[in-house]
Amino acid sequence: MINLTINNLPVQVSEGQTVLDAAHKLGIDIPTLCHLKSTGGCHVESKTGSCRVCVVEIDGRPNLAPSCCTPATEGMKIITSSLRVINARRTMLDLLLSDHPKDCLTCEKSGDCQLQDLAAKLGLHRIKYKGEMSKHEIDVSSESIVRDPNKCIMCRRCETACNVVQTVGVLSGVGRGFEAVVGPADLRPLSETKCTFCGQCVAACPTGALTEVDHTYKCWNAINSGKTVVVQTAPAVRVALGEAFGMEPGSVTTGKMVTALRMMGFSKVFDTDFSADLTIMEETTEFIERLKSGKNLPILTSCCPGWVKFFEHQFQDLMHIPSTCKSPQQMFGAIAKTYYAKKIGVKAEDMIVVSVMPCLAKKYESARDEFNASGTRDVDIVISTRELASMIKEAGIAFDHLEESQYDDPLGESTGAGVIFGATGGVLEAALRTAADWVTGKDLQEIDFTAVRGLDGIKEATVKVGDLEVKAAISSGLGNARKLLEKIRKGEAQYHIIEIMACPGGCLNGGGQPYTGGRCDEILAKRMEAIYRDDKNAKIRKSHQNPSIKKLYEEFLGKPGSELSHKLLHTHYHGRRNV
Amino acid sequence: MIDSPAKLKSHAENLSKNSKPATTILVSLGTCGIAAGTRPINDMLKAEIASRKADIEIVEVGCMGLCHSEPTIEVVNNASGKSVIYGKVKADQVAAIIETASKGIEAASCTVINRSWFYPEENETATPERIQARIVLKNTGKINPEILDHYLAEKGYQALSKVLFDMTPQQVIDTVIESGLRGRGGGGFPTGKKWAFAAAQKADQKYVLCNADEGDPGAFMDRAVLEGDPHSVLEAMAITGYAIGSDTGIIYIRAEYPLAVKRLEIAIDQAKKQGLLGKNILGSKFSFDIMIKYGAGAFVCGEETALIHSVEGKRGEPTVKPPFPAIEGLWKKPTVVNNVETFANVCAIIRNGAPWFKKIGTPGSPGTKVFALAGKVKKVGLVEVPMGTTLRQIIFNVGGGIMNDRKFKAVQTGGPSGGCIKFDQLDTEIDYESLKRLGSMMGSGGMIVMDEDDCMVNVAKFFLEFTLDESCGKCTPCRIGNKRLYEMLHRICDGRGTRETIQNLKDLSNSIKDTALCGLGQTSPNPVLSTLAQFEHEYLAHIDEKRCEAGVCKKLLKYEINNSCVGCTLCARNCPANCISGSVKQKHSIDQSRCIKCGVCMDVCKFHAVDRK
Repeated sequence: MINLTINNLPVQVSEGQTVLDAAHKLGIDIPTLCHLKSTGGCHVESKTGSCRVCVVEIDGRPNLAPSCCTPATEGMKIITSSLRVINARRTMLDLLLSDHPKDCLTCEKSGDCQLQDLAAKLGLHRIKYKGEMSKHEIDVSSESIVRDPNKCIMCRRCETACNVVQTVGVLSGVGRGFEAVVGPADLRPLSETKCTFCGQCVAACPTGALTEVDHTYKCWNAINSGKTVVVQTAPAVRVALGEAFGMEPGSVTTGKMVTALRMMGFSKVFDTDFSADLTIMEETTEFIERLKSGKNLPILTSCCPGWVKFFEHQFQDLMHIPSTCKSPQQMFGAIAKTYYAKKIGVKAEDMIVVSVMPCLAKKYESARDEFNASGTRDVDIVISTRELASMIKEAGIAFDHLEESQYDDPLGESTGAGVIFGATGGVLEAALRTAADWVTGKDLQEIDFTAVRGLDGIKEATVKVGDLEVKAAISSGLGNARKLLEKIRKGEAQYHIIEIMACPGGCLNGGGQPYTGGRCDEILAKRMEAIYRDDKNAKIRKSHQNPSIKKLYEEFLGKPGSELSHKLLHTHYHGRRNV
Repeated sequence: MIDSPAKLKSHAENLSKNSKPATTILVSLGTCGIAAGTRPINDMLKAEIASRKADIEIVEVGCMGLCHSEPTIEVVNNASGKSVIYGKVKADQVAAIIETASKGIEAASCTVINRSWFYPEENETATPERIQARIVLKNTGKINPEILDHYLAEKGYQALSKVLFDMTPQQVIDTVIESGLRGRGGGGFPTGKKWAFAAAQKADQKYVLCNADEGDPGAFMDRAVLEGDPHSVLEAMAITGYAIGSDTGIIYIRAEYPLAVKRLEIAIDQAKKQGLLGKNILGSKFSFDIMIKYGAGAFVCGEETALIHSVEGKRGEPTVKPPFPAIEGLWKKPTVVNNVETFANVCAIIRNGAPWFKKIGTPGSPGTKVFALAGKVKKVGLVEVPMGTTLRQIIFNVGGGIMNDRKFKAVQTGGPSGGCIKFDQLDTEIDYESLKRLGSMMGSGGMIVMDEDDCMVNVAKFFLEFTLDESCGKCTPCRIGNKRLYEMLHRICDGRGTRETIQNLKDLSNSIKDTALCGLGQTSPNPVLSTLAQFEHEYLAHIDEKRCEAGVCKKLLKYEINNSCVGCTLCARNCPANCISGSVKQKHSIDQSRCIKCGVCMDVCKFHAVDRK
């Protein structure tokens, strides 16, 4: 243990901990901006020490030191609030604000901006060092992410998310001196890069430099267009939406959310959990076929568009092993605009499908050329959990006072297997529940495959499916996916089935979820717990037992893997440039 | 193949026994010499020798340090050992030089340069004419850097041989610690200590990195060493490798030094072929290989952590220390980073011992320092002086005083992040500490002399513009703070500054120094603070009187035509802005609203009728 004093108070920390850690232990608040640390499942640590806001005075050192990346050492004497420190801190913030647009009133990030919070906290009411401001082009090239480099404070947190956590390698420091900014190489548009649109950079950004492409107004227009507007909500949305309304993290808000969506004017409120069940039907069929033939194993899940784009850029030699199933979002759109549209007598082009997703890559996915099973786009508009929250607020709906209501039939009926899609390991567990029943021909009661649960980045399990020992692996976070895939590429690991989600922790930590501030670890754990609670409470917990799914096959698709299924519910992948 | 210390020794002895021609002519063919036109002179000398069948050999050497007199050659009479240096050699002097060289006399009508340096290693001592001491530059300007035997004849690789066969790694480190050698790249950290840190680390791989990313404007010390004496750096790197337990050296050199790169490549190749680098050096168990890595032109990559990232293929930007490179450096392995000049001291220390080295220089900063003397001084060039030499001696003795005998105003040391030193401080004996006390620093050795025509506000602005351009932009104070400092200086130069601007300059400069992440940022406000401390009156003149004493800040200038005007129309005809009016034989006048302050009218006027105010 290391003994030191901060503001004359003694404190003990363990080897490797920083001055900031020590200060937190004493309850001393040192403001930070560039520092990002989460030790949970989505282990992230960004300590570039670039913003210099957290500087403190250390006895014996000529200069102030950044507390976030200065290791605590024995006997250190630290002062965190001397005039010298206060002046330096104010100056740093003054400088940052002097080169930051003052459009807080209209900024996407207003209210969630850590720079804004800091300015309020330090009571900076006047900018002393005014001068020229950065003039960079705003990148609106992608379907998912808006990059406004003028709001970039060079904290590099996005870079850590992109390069260290996700190993995507798109964002890095570009340019020198005052011109320096974080962006893709040559500041090329995001749409022309290997960006997966996972949105982890957006989640990491403390300011409005990285935000989602806002589709809320497009959505209001659609609702009022006179067309049939149906909405689907992804599993992970229901366990996070409440946070935007001050509810406790981990609150399951499904019923209130459905009521709110209905009040907003959607014709029908459906559930992506339904198409998650559908995905299980198709994917498990594919899995069992591959298991029997022993070919193209391991099968990789394909629900996550960020992950799909990642392997299209970076693992083209493995493009034959992911499942050909579309994601639940796209399956929903395809079924809504064919089966359901026919059922209610509406033409596909007169129907608008809106998705509420915890994800930013879903916006990009819905715009992929091949997703038009009905002849029109499978999914027309995608909004994030955050965007839905802002629409609910805009509509003046008092969310926490809402009565609960039920999804509409038939595309609103789902199972516990569908809801766990929202957490890492959930897709695989859902598939195993169905596979085990199908292989054994029984209705098994032992369906909690707890080995595949939890926030760990890579999980491995051997699961009995009938007489078969199925070797499964789960990874969340693309950096972890890379580790797994490289093992497979080198033939170092043999698995039958692998679930991969781009975001650490799975969809519940998607790039479109409410910002977690500094409480990431705690909030993710609560969201995950809520998802499994929802599953546990479900009457039906296996996808193939969903009555509406059964009916869908009876009335329309025939059987899983049928020709029509393939036409509507399966897809193909494209190799993309690895730049 | 030289595979034993005995062979190395006998080879060197044989080289000294070889018969030499009557005369040797050393031709300065560093980049500076080549740029000044030494190549054609060299060709002519060769042709002249051939046509006369004279007993003269030409040795193409590196920079002699005499930039003010290029093309430079040195004629050495091998029988008497006497030599004469000719500067500013012209084509029509070549014949006379060869003619007189054969006779052993000085050529008339040529510019003779007096040697202003001595060689401590050859037991020479300082004289009033020779206050420079050449240790680092011992061989530059003396040997052909592309011929290994020339280096071997100058005790080359004998220091390496000595450490490999007579010393333990610890003894090598102790010797360097005892010598008091400090890093010549800027910070002045004790070199031996750095080695000791790296040596103490247990690791499967360690690295020796040579920082040859010399980027200060006007600095060319390292280039001269690499172009003129590359083996001395290679040998020192191998010694470092032996001391810390590393088998790999990397030279990080700026790609803008093609000649230095070429000569390094040749030298590495030669040393490997002779068994002086590579596997089992000189038949010992020690192996050491050296690679070259090009820098892409970023000043900040001179900072050791930024340099390491650049070698790794990452963006060249510094990271927070600790961890220090000696503990966790290149590819997270213990790494010693020293600059070229530091390495160039090592062999002499090993050959002659620490006590010998400590006799030169000051107790706190032993040895010599190479400076690139530039600016408004008569004799610009490379100078190597013992630490403790005064600025006055360097500028007025070695440098010959101020150009055009103008008045000395200040000298800027330490490169762009150094400071300006005033007339009344010229007698300061320079070493790491004294310069720091004056608000400047040793830096890598740039020394720019300024006279009364230099505006100190503008000088501060100039240096800040450089650091602003070269900042990596990572930390807030350096990225935005320096920009704001620059803007404030700009405002003062434009006559828009206020007294508050001065206070803000001071406040912000101090904050930047206190908070910036790396050495570049922490020292970038030095030009501002030191000019403010020494020349605040100039700042105030700009602010209160809207006047630039030196006449540099154009926005504060005004050209006016006085009554001496005879109406010759010359100024009006030459004015590029067409803003001078007046008819023939009438007094002319300048339209101030259109004047671009170029000063052409004043230059062309034959009647002193144009005043600059």
